[in-house]
Amino acid sequence: MLRKKEVSSREITESVLQRIDEREKTIHAFITVTRDEALKQADRADTRFRNGKRTSMLNGIPIAIKDNLCTRGIRTTCGSNILSNYIPPYDATAVRKVLNSGAVLIGKTNMDEFAMGSSTENSAFGPTRNPINPAYVPGGSSGGSAAAVAAGETVFAVGSDTGGSIRLPAAYCGVVGIKPTYGRVSRYGLISYASSLDQVGALARSAEDCAMLLNHLCGYDNLDSTSADVKKPDFLRSLHKGLRGIKIGLPKEYFVEGLDRRLKDQILQAAALLNKHGADVVEISLPHTPYAVSCYYLIATAEASSNLARYDGVRYGFRSENLDLDSGGMYEETRSKGFGREVKRRIMLGTYVLSAGYYDAYYLKAQAARTLIKADFDGAFEHVDCIITPVSPSVPFKLGEKIEEPLQMYLVDIYTVSLNLTGLPGMSVTCGTVDGLPAGFQIVGKAFEEAMVLRVGHAYETLAGTA
Amino acid sequence: MEYENIICFETHVELSTRSKLFCRCPTRYGAPPNTQVCPVCTGQPGALPVLNKTAVQYAVRAGLALNCTLNATSQFARKNYFYPDLPKGYQISQYEMPLAENGHLEITGDDGNPYRVGIRRIHLEEDAGKLVHSSDTFEASDYSLVDYNRASVPLLEIVADHTRNPLRTVKEARAYLEKMRQVLRYLEVSECSLEKGQFRCDVNISLRPKGSRSFGERCEIKNMASFKFIGEALEYEIQRQAGVLQSGGTLRQETRRFNELKKITQPMRSKEDAPDYRYFPDPDLLEMDIDPQWVRQIEDELPEFPDQKLNRLMEKYGISEHDALLLTRNKDVSDFFGRCAVYCEDRKRLSRWIIKDLFRLLKDSGVEIRDRPIRPKEFSRLVNRIVTGEITENVGRIVLDEMFGTGKNPDSIIVQRGLKSIQDTAVLATIVQEVISENPEIVSRIKAGKAQLFNFLIGQVMEKTNGKAPAKEVGRLIHEQVLL
Repeated sequence: MLRKKEVSSREITESVLQRIDEREKTIHAFITVTRDEALKQADRADTRFRNGKRTSMLNGIPIAIKDNLCTRGIRTTCGSNILSNYIPPYDATAVRKVLNSGAVLIGKTNMDEFAMGSSTENSAFGPTRNPINPAYVPGGSSGGSAAAVAAGETVFAVGSDTGGSIRLPAAYCGVVGIKPTYGRVSRYGLISYASSLDQVGALARSAEDCAMLLNHLCGYDNLDSTSADVKKPDFLRSLHKGLRGIKIGLPKEYFVEGLDRRLKDQILQAAALLNKHGADVVEISLPHTPYAVSCYYLIATAEASSNLARYDGVRYGFRSENLDLDSGGMYEETRSKGFGREVKRRIMLGTYVLSAGYYDAYYLKAQAARTLIKADFDGAFEHVDCIITPVSPSVPFKLGEKIEEPLQMYLVDIYTVSLNLTGLPGMSVTCGTVDGLPAGFQIVGKAFEEAMVLRVGHAYETLAGTA
Repeated sequence: MEYENIICFETHVELSTRSKLFCRCPTRYGAPPNTQVCPVCTGQPGALPVLNKTAVQYAVRAGLALNCTLNATSQFARKNYFYPDLPKGYQISQYEMPLAENGHLEITGDDGNPYRVGIRRIHLEEDAGKLVHSSDTFEASDYSLVDYNRASVPLLEIVADHTRNPLRTVKEARAYLEKMRQVLRYLEVSECSLEKGQFRCDVNISLRPKGSRSFGERCEIKNMASFKFIGEALEYEIQRQAGVLQSGGTLRQETRRFNELKKITQPMRSKEDAPDYRYFPDPDLLEMDIDPQWVRQIEDELPEFPDQKLNRLMEKYGISEHDALLLTRNKDVSDFFGRCAVYCEDRKRLSRWIIKDLFRLLKDSGVEIRDRPIRPKEFSRLVNRIVTGEITENVGRIVLDEMFGTGKNPDSIIVQRGLKSIQDTAVLATIVQEVISENPEIVSRIKAGKAQLFNFLIGQVMEKTNGKAPAKEVGRLIHEQVLL
């Protein structure tokens, strides 16, 4: 509509800002709304349209950015007290890329503090609620991004995924979310939680929109040593190729006890629909699946304990009143007051994992398990083109339901963490509802084959009439 | 009981790359505080490190020069600890897979024989920033400021091996440090200025009964700002440890700090208090694979080392060991000599002129040879004029003084001031005759056997000719006219 000039960027931007006015009191998807700057950007986008210059597909489209991606001159909190006053001096590469493409920044979205959580309840700025039913959590940690898309408070959203943080909230809020292959999107400017697992990705209403956004997020970046110097395809191009000849695997270890029966039925029905329209569906085995969650929490917390050491009150962010350096007073008080409970829990756990005498038993063992899990997927992908799994064991839970039970909360990620350990791309797509709450399934692809994931997702949406 | 010392250095050398180890910030020394910083080296949230290839190249050079095995794959690791000058709360260093291992540095041992001191490992790491206290000491300060200009400047850590030919005396320790610094300067990987903190040492020392094969408990000494202090710290520590052992006491592994004022070492922390750095591979950086072909290329481009050069100067040019040592001790001098040698056949004479006359001028003026006070080509031209007898040695010194001050070329000075030596024997003979007739008394005393008065007559001739008379020829003429 934008391209056909049926509607201006200013009108779209004003409409999402109006939605924000209506829904934010309930939903609280944003930590910061950049209203004035958004309208200016929208006007500039409209000028580009009027001047008839060639514009990118993102030109003039509202976008929300998770608050762990640095935005130059715009407060970036990572959902934490310790960064509550932090204004980055630079843009994350992913941010720079979408803004250079002409997207209109609407604001910075709420998240679990330092992306540690599965419900967006761990934000220092208060929880986000699920737009489908505000009594429920939106999932996390990119809960703000998913909720903003679901509530119509933005068109696109950028999130990050370390253990399922894009896919889970996408599933819980009934939108589409994709975590690309590790290295596909630059991590430069993404505030690190666990460097070897973190990946920036896209949330939107459809696989097609995700493909469009990914086209502008991906690409090699020489500021990130782990960025992959691989060819970047046009993800929209292969979207409509259909299902013929595609082989889909269903890992038996993912459909066992612990998975909500009705959710399981929905996912199997989705697989059956794909099967009916041309895809081969076969059972596969990923035998090391039971180790994934433990492996994930050892590696993620180990890296986090080191990544979060820089928040010491010396250079930026929150600093305690106690300035006594000699006794460590400033450090201790700054970090005690600045970090929330879950973050502290993970720093402690990770510090322990890396400690002398435990390193071999925990960190190295977890790395060995990681290699085995990766080998499982490598083996499976010799026979199939993609894999379908659940995103979480159940549909959304209520606010407060699991917040006192960290282990229960950790198990919510049981189906998603493997993709961070292996670096593989995965997308969450909606397949109906259970008790009126969105049900989602996950499509997993080979490394750097997001195009296949998007193609299958789009095919499903078309067949299910959700696209 | 007699004890043997086991001395083992950990040396931190700041590499002279133009940019930092993990970002593009410049590394200029002495820049105003926090003007050479960026999101990466100040540890801003989300900023990521990218490795500087030149730093790796320098490290490879050092690894080759110190005869190490270069690991085809090495790994960066995080060393986790809190300090305000450490922006990320960890230092990116190397731990389990260092860049280079198992090398040696050859020094001259106290017995005068070559001694190959074992090098255990060489690795790359980033430097920390610098705390600037409001008062002289940290304790007395109301506040401290942090300058991050130095944060992430590349450092090479060179760890000696206590099991393979460790240093045994303070003198050998000194020789090791001097040689290490000389080699690194030759490689042009570091200026190695102690004042600028580009060459910093910690030292491990333990004692064991002579002939014992096991090692005693070692102490690590930190905070020594000069070679002199290192010597003093070692002297003290050797005495202290021997004292403890001789009185039947036991030593414990600990870290000690050198107190410059009291010239003693003081306990800093015991082994039990040693921090757990929780090293683990840095997930922000890939494993570092070193291409063997690249290493070969670096090897081919290595400069001539001081020892090789020394031998060459002695064997090929017949320069004395004394002079050759002076010429190769410092790479700038050695390079200057090399550049001069292109234009001067008489290398022996050239080396004497550098060592005696140029060094004197440098010393008097406080100018360094690297500041290029004189051009090699002009310097050689001057020496050539002396070699051919166009000017005398004495005149040569006058010309050199003027060249040094003005940058003029020697020929124009010689022409302008009419300093060409008097080659015409008839003219010289006339002057000699004059001097002889003016000094009948001296002449008669020479004839009576006072040969040393010869020089007085030569001096008189020199005075009359403003030093332009060739001394040899004058001597011959006086000899002829007085004695024959």
